[in-house]
Amino acid sequence: MTQVLEIQGLTKGFSLHHLGTEIGAFEDISFNVAAGEFVLLKGANGAGKSTLLRTLYRSYLPLSGEIRFHSSHGLIDLACAADVDIAHLRRTEIGFVTQFLTARPRVSAEAIVAEPLRLAGWDSDAALNKARRALETFGVKPDLWAAYPTTFSGGEQQKVNLARALILPQKLLMLDEPTASLDVNARGALVARLQELKDQGTAMIGVFHHPDDVMHLIDRVVDLTPEHTEIEEREDVAL
Amino acid sequence: MTLMLEAPRIVETRPLLDVKGVSKSYGHVQAVRNVSAHAHPGEVIGIVGESGSGKSTLLRMMNLEEIPDEGSYTLDLPDVSGNLFKLDRFARRMLCATKIGIVYQNPHLGLLMKHSSSGNVAERLLVAGERSFATLRQAATDALNASEFPLDRLDAPPIELSGGMQQRVQLAKAIALEPALLLLDEPTTGLDVSVQALVLDTLKRLQQDRQITMVIVSHDLGVIRTLADRVMVMRRGEVVETGLADQIFQDPQHPYTQQLVHAKL
Repeated sequence: MTQVLEIQGLTKGFSLHHLGTEIGAFEDISFNVAAGEFVLLKGANGAGKSTLLRTLYRSYLPLSGEIRFHSSHGLIDLACAADVDIAHLRRTEIGFVTQFLTARPRVSAEAIVAEPLRLAGWDSDAALNKARRALETFGVKPDLWAAYPTTFSGGEQQKVNLARALILPQKLLMLDEPTASLDVNARGALVARLQELKDQGTAMIGVFHHPDDVMHLIDRVVDLTPEHTEIEEREDVAL
Repeated sequence: MTLMLEAPRIVETRPLLDVKGVSKSYGHVQAVRNVSAHAHPGEVIGIVGESGSGKSTLLRMMNLEEIPDEGSYTLDLPDVSGNLFKLDRFARRMLCATKIGIVYQNPHLGLLMKHSSSGNVAERLLVAGERSFATLRQAATDALNASEFPLDRLDAPPIELSGGMQQRVQLAKAIALEPALLLLDEPTTGLDVSVQALVLDTLKRLQQDRQITMVIVSHDLGVIRTLADRVMVMRRGEVVETGLADQIFQDPQHPYTQQLVHAKL
């Protein structure tokens, strides 16, 4: 199997200076993710699942450990790579799907979805066309495409968010509860798109409150509950 | 303690803007102390900090309006070389007119308030040597159009315009010569929320369409969060922290940055 990510001894905590305290998040996490593999993160609320995803994406700075990523430019340690390299990888190889859309005032749904393509160098017409197809796939009605998502309902915003986050095939994709607030059809479209990306070789790490939707995609489960930080094969796990 | 970050390995382009070790005192007050900053082509750098942190002084240095006591400044552009702080007044003025655009918080600093809006923009081109009236008029119109200025107000002087419109005239003037570097000093401060959104959107679009390298100074964290790729946090003339914008806002390391981020509504 072609490894995409090798996480070794990763530890994260937060220093709250105004309280003079340290809050631990997770400690000494190690696991690998191969191309086309889907890893589910498990653990109670507060076990550090979302924190781990954000640390891998480098929204959070790890305290120690390694995050070796096999980029198209060669091996790079995301734990200590330069900010400009991380920014470059986020535009080209590493994606993050959240549960919320960061809508900007006065930017249309189709423009928000097209933005990653524009940043990757697509010309504006081609980007817009592909963005519209993605919105259609997730069930956003055509009359909303040119509207501003700041006024959309939570569910419709999330469809726009997913269309945007999944529009470019990535080498590594982090998923933080993307199914929250989605209707059945949109969940179906999401799972279909994830399957497509998985078949294309995207490595995925996800947090799902209700993993039933993605059950058949899961290859492995990593449990972050502190006493048993271990990896189980999907077949052995009752979720 | 978090890990020390490595030097860039994937992004091999040299920084377009490279400021090294600048310091500046006014009498006994040290406004900027040993500050370094760089921006790669197409990057948007945000500088945040409270009033008096030295962020605007640093920006004025990048526009060569302010020459520091120490330090160097290079722009990696064709026909530009050496420490720009060493240029004579004329060369500085030429460089600023052709390679750098700036938008001030106070439009009075950037515009002739009683001249027409299109004249204000065309003045930039005149400084750069353009003499044909038709070309000047067309270039000014194009720049005003790109910054979403209503073209039926071309000949209105800025003094008759609203704050948001004045900012767009400044922006048009700043981008008229397609500068490699765009400097913005509190570009939306003092504007209505809806006008702020318009200006932000215009900036974002310009950045995407033209890949202009930008440095934005603001105490409005929302503006920085919306526009910046990387953020520098300044306090009392020094840089206390730099990082990716989302990291600075979600996992600030320095006590001052934590205070600043948590003070946001």
